[in-house]
Amino acid sequence: MTKHVDHISKKKFMEELRRYQKGSVTRRHFLGVTGLGAATAVMGAAMPALRPSRAYAAGDIGDRVVLATWPNYHDPENFEIFKEQTGAYTQVNVFGSNEEMLAKLQAGGSGWDVFVPTNYTITTYVDQDLIEPLDLSKLPNYDPAAYDARFSDAGTVDGTVYAVPKDWGTTGFCVNTNHTDGRNLTSWKDFWDITMDAFSGRTMVHDYQLTTIGNALKYFGYSFNSLDEKELADAERLLLDAKPHLFAISSDYQPAMRSGDAWLSMAWTGDGKQMNSDMPEIIYVLGKEGGEIWSDYYAIPKGAPHREAAYALINFLLDPEVNAREVLAHGYPTADANTMALLPKEILEDPILYPAQELLDALEFGAAATLTDPNRAELLARFKSA
Amino acid sequence: MTQRARNWLLLTPATAWFVIMLVLPLSVVLIFSFGERGSGGGYVPAFTLEQYANLPARWAAFKNTMVLAPLGTVAAMLIAYPLAYFLAVRTSRKWKTLLLVLVIVPFWTSILIRSYAWIFILGGRGIPALLEMIGIEGVRLIYTPFAVTIGIIYGYLPLMVFPIFVSLDRLDKRLLEASSDLGARPWATFLQVTLPLSIPGVATGCLLVFILLMGEFLIPALLGGGKVFFVGNALVDLFLQSRNWAYGSAVAVTLIVVMLVSVTLYMRLISRLNTQREDVSLM
Repeated sequence: MTKHVDHISKKKFMEELRRYQKGSVTRRHFLGVTGLGAATAVMGAAMPALRPSRAYAAGDIGDRVVLATWPNYHDPENFEIFKEQTGAYTQVNVFGSNEEMLAKLQAGGSGWDVFVPTNYTITTYVDQDLIEPLDLSKLPNYDPAAYDARFSDAGTVDGTVYAVPKDWGTTGFCVNTNHTDGRNLTSWKDFWDITMDAFSGRTMVHDYQLTTIGNALKYFGYSFNSLDEKELADAERLLLDAKPHLFAISSDYQPAMRSGDAWLSMAWTGDGKQMNSDMPEIIYVLGKEGGEIWSDYYAIPKGAPHREAAYALINFLLDPEVNAREVLAHGYPTADANTMALLPKEILEDPILYPAQELLDALEFGAAATLTDPNRAELLARFKSA
Repeated sequence: MTQRARNWLLLTPATAWFVIMLVLPLSVVLIFSFGERGSGGGYVPAFTLEQYANLPARWAAFKNTMVLAPLGTVAAMLIAYPLAYFLAVRTSRKWKTLLLVLVIVPFWTSILIRSYAWIFILGGRGIPALLEMIGIEGVRLIYTPFAVTIGIIYGYLPLMVFPIFVSLDRLDKRLLEASSDLGARPWATFLQVTLPLSIPGVATGCLLVFILLMGEFLIPALLGGGKVFFVGNALVDLFLQSRNWAYGSAVAVTLIVVMLVSVTLYMRLISRLNTQREDVSLM
């Protein structure tokens, strides 16, 4: 019975993932909504009687590993191979935002074995004692020397390694050039100005305080991470002025961009890449004032029910050959030189995945305080309810 | 075993259910609402009224909910009544079951999927594209309060149809004949006999839809494009985004109080309507 249910949910997940890949993609917002369904899963996992019984064979890593990750973020074939090699089936839970992930872990009883936190959340997990220090001897495929330190150092807190790098990316915007009349949008100033002018009713911003407020701050040239009262007040005024001109406040921007309803949207690297591949008129732009650069990690939460399987899965996914398939599937750049050596040249030279150095130099990593700042959360609530 | 002991034993499952599923969670929410947010989010025990003092910051969300929930309820009622009337009074027994099943069928699919479908129907390549073909251009439907209203009516219609249908189906048809024998025209019969007798069904339907609408968050999030903000959305954001459990609990408690008050007032109104009717029938 349990096996049967597993099979169905896995198959369904694969189908969903393929649908994402084909582009009827629904990203963080959709999951912000569906993520509530996962709350039920959390409750279920918290009641031991409802948990499926584990069938261990001697020396085995168990029959399953639970992965909490982002949508459209893995190659399903890799999970198949992992199951063939180890007998453990990967149960995937997808989430809408880092806050939601943190909220579930704080609530307890998540039942996860591996999760994928973003750089700025790791210190918070460490502070709250929700994350396991990693035993690197169980991750022979992790080669720290192969990583650009910018994308791996957030995994180490006070000399202890809590997380190993998965991939990285940027937050820019995508614009449909069929409607720009030859204008070249290159900055966040352009983004907001055209929103309140020629693109009125055609722009989308994320339903996410970190990026939406951060990119409004960039209009004034302030830091993406600013917590300064006056600077946040300026950003709020801009957001409230722009709100009547917005098409939507949603992190699920691919459908509207693809259907032509929206012409401009804040976007993450992988979404920009996916849309650009299918519709070359949609281009991905990094604001020249800067904006966000981020890096995602693999980590193990405290009390993971299948810890050995968690190490096995992370180690498997860090294998350069496996990781190369992952990159081809999700379209986000990797910082691992060993994996990059296996990737085709057009990926490594792709300006969306690997942007020019001067554009990258202007970007900032999100800070832990930015994520947890109550003032920024309230600002976004005022913006959304205005 | 004495009768008394047996009664207690039989009541135990219901009592346990009531305590575990209702009293305990509500007590937690109430206690949390007097606490504070931890520095990294979550809840820190305290006794402060600070969270309640901050309630005006969510006034817009309450206002939107208090406007759109009754509006959606009335709209759903106006659409559901003729449908229920047709099903109960005008449809032959043979067709009745089939048509009723058709009303239920959408419930077999998740509301999430059904609301998502509306994104494509109301989006630029849906109805607006059809309107363009007949020369009406520049219509924007998706991500507007109108889209939210459509989604609400669509999502909640069956909940409204069923209670009204039941009250109309049970209606004694001889009363209608009597009314007509006494010289009432069809319209007068409807207003004086059918409508008053179906009030309990309408009242139940409205109550069901109104209560669920007050906590709605999915439809405004999906069809309102994040620009239509209900209390439900405020709660989702407070718990899942800013992880301010204390403030979220205060908003939740306030929502419960608002609902208790409005539902009580509503029940009073309905029972007064019903007593008036009984007075009439006694004469």
